Amino acid sequence: MSAVSPVMAQRPNALPIYLDNQSSTPLDPRVLEAMLPYFSEHFGNPHSESHVYGRNAMAAIETARGEVARLINADPREIVFTSGATESNNLALKGAAHFARAHPVAGGRARDHLITLTTEHKCVLESAATLEREGFAVTYLPVEPNGLVALDRLAAAITERTLFVSVMAAHNEIGVIQPLAEIGALCRARGVLLHTDAAQAFGKIALDVEAMRIDLMSISGHKIYGPKGVGALYIRRRPRVRLLPLIDGGGQERGLRSGTLPTPLCVGLGRAAALAAAEMGEEATRLRGLRDRLYGNLMRRVPDVQLNGDAEHRLPASLNLSFPGLTAPALIEACPMIAMSTGSACTSASVEPSYVLRALGLSEARANASIRLGLGRFTTAAEVDFAVDALSASVSRLRKQEKVTEARGIPTSG
Amino acid sequence: MTRRESYLDWNATAPLRPEAAAAIAAALDRCGNPSSVHRWGRAARQMVERAREAVAALIGADPQGVVFVSGGTEANHLALLGSGRERVLVSAVEHNSVLQAVPSAERIAVDANGIVDLARLDRQLAADTRPALVSVMLANNETGIIEPAGEIATIAHRHGALFHCDAVQAAGKIPVDIGAIGADLVSLSAHKLGGPPGIGALIVGGAADLRPMIRGGGQERGRRAGSENLPGIAGFAAAATAAAQGMADYDRVWQLRDKLEAAVAETAPEAVVIGAHVPRLPNTTALALPGVSAETQVIALDLDGVMVSAGAACSSGKVGPSHVLAAMGAPPEITTGTIRVSLGWTTTAAEIEHFLAAWTALYRRLYRPGAAARAA
Repeated sequence: MSAVSPVMAQRPNALPIYLDNQSSTPLDPRVLEAMLPYFSEHFGNPHSESHVYGRNAMAAIETARGEVARLINADPREIVFTSGATESNNLALKGAAHFARAHPVAGGRARDHLITLTTEHKCVLESAATLEREGFAVTYLPVEPNGLVALDRLAAAITERTLFVSVMAAHNEIGVIQPLAEIGALCRARGVLLHTDAAQAFGKIALDVEAMRIDLMSISGHKIYGPKGVGALYIRRRPRVRLLPLIDGGGQERGLRSGTLPTPLCVGLGRAAALAAAEMGEEATRLRGLRDRLYGNLMRRVPDVQLNGDAEHRLPASLNLSFPGLTAPALIEACPMIAMSTGSACTSASVEPSYVLRALGLSEARANASIRLGLGRFTTAAEVDFAVDALSASVSRLRKQEKVTEARGIPTSG
Repeated sequence: MTRRESYLDWNATAPLRPEAAAAIAAALDRCGNPSSVHRWGRAARQMVERAREAVAALIGADPQGVVFVSGGTEANHLALLGSGRERVLVSAVEHNSVLQAVPSAERIAVDANGIVDLARLDRQLAADTRPALVSVMLANNETGIIEPAGEIATIAHRHGALFHCDAVQAAGKIPVDIGAIGADLVSLSAHKLGGPPGIGALIVGGAADLRPMIRGGGQERGRRAGSENLPGIAGFAAAATAAAQGMADYDRVWQLRDKLEAAVAETAPEAVVIGAHVPRLPNTTALALPGVSAETQVIALDLDGVMVSAGAACSSGKVGPSHVLAAMGAPPEITTGTIRVSLGWTTTAAEIEHFLAAWTALYRRLYRPGAAARAA
């Protein structure tokens, strides 16, 4: 590693630079400030309508609901709070499928076919697999080598039995943005619902449920500098999308999601959405600049760096890079001052190569040599420069070691 | 002068304990997904695992059995739907989150005191040999009545059934020991015991297998997917520890509650305390004023700054007859005329006096002797 960078000097507590913002984002202090009163003086159960503690809490939740709705051009009544995007995805897929099966259209047969992509998040794929075991038919569409879905392929997969298409708005591992407006138009024309997992996209890029003709959208709090443990599902009212609830009981959230609403968490999600709405444009420009600085400087300093996923249709702050000749876990170990990952946090503890990168057609070796870098609201140019220094030094050192190992005929670990 | 306010709706939600607030603040200050391999992720993972131990300790469970979920409602759903048992039996006084989880579940009758009829449960289980799950709450949210959970577990196990116990209202108010009860599954909620809302746990004791309800990244050892709610989990753990240490507070709460009931009995011999002669939580009074609707009572008390509820705080704010009281065979003037007064560790004698003054005023204004009989 090169001489102590100025960034190191500024980091006496030895905390690593956080470049794993796709996995989780730090809470924005402004969000925290909005949440705190609802942990303490406004602690009432929002469903206790008989007294002011409850009514104050519910009023704050309704404000938050409006803030979430506004960011995607929805009506507040179309927002259901959940425990997070995983639950939202489970509710969207299973809820829509179960409703369709329980209420077949008069005269016709129930729609029992779903389409999704092989590169979706595990919670979408697992929900689809559960529905498959229950007798639904699922088409898992492959993606192009750039990670995007081919619209003609999607169009060809839709049949009269298709109930919905589920496509991630922006990808958690490779950052690519799917052509949602085109997909929405196609689905609407064919009478098929469109669900999008927008956990990574919400608050980062402009989303408009009307313009994009989205029927269901999953939203996460902790990916947008809001709290963990809260998310939302957008459910279109006109034309109405019907779901069966996953969690039933007290009948909260219009019967779609029972359970006492966590007031501080809902308030935090609302505030995070409002901040994103106000700052998205400028912040995207700033992050794109930092990301291009990171990528550009790495390209200059390190031979043979490959970008995974489409270069143009991509989140402003997201990179997925292959460094052939080494393994990603070795690189992560060699750079303890950078918090980064090989891919989805849920599965990053496993040693299997990313199924997403394999779906792009990457060889196992190259998939194994890939890391995900995610910048965020609190990332600075100095941190990016430090990361370039640390990464380029580590990559060349690891590649040299690998060469020596190969030359000695010792099998490489992997 | 500021308006006096007395919060006596602790069974709906409790204020956050200072220990929980500190733990949440500390956790909110750090970032990191517990599933990430890097050091921020590992620090988050460590926090989750320590919290698992603290929550397990509250009911004497094995930390490995703790599955963090979004709250009591989800815990109850996961228990009933995830057990994989073909037959589900639930008591008639369960919380809606249990009743609605499996709408076709067989009902277990309760007696006039709200206690599960053990002999009937035994016969019910003997009548059908399919693998079953029995779900009975430890303490009722509306009345505070405590069920004989240990005996229910014994009967369930004798018939090869699993026993799920919703301990959401009991935990933190009375000692709960999963081993002593013999429960296979126990539901807990943080915000009922001074933790934050939005977090709870299903605790798996023994060998019960769970099919996940929410699938995805394989968190919580495959039993509940979704990035962990780190501040929620940390706050839950701190509250659980504080609740276990502060159990003695309920001796004082118990005295206040008994004082309240004695004063009411003296003022209004017509008022009825539900479950007065069976074991109850020390903090709960379900108080009926026959013939005066619960909604009217609650609104009158609220105008005087006293916050109570008419049964469970759920969705609509609509106050219908209580299914809990109906299951106990109570007449309509009771099922529609009962309010829930619930106390907690910071409740003061002055707040009880405030309640008694407001309640006595409403009793004198609204109670009409004979109105109940006419209404019925």
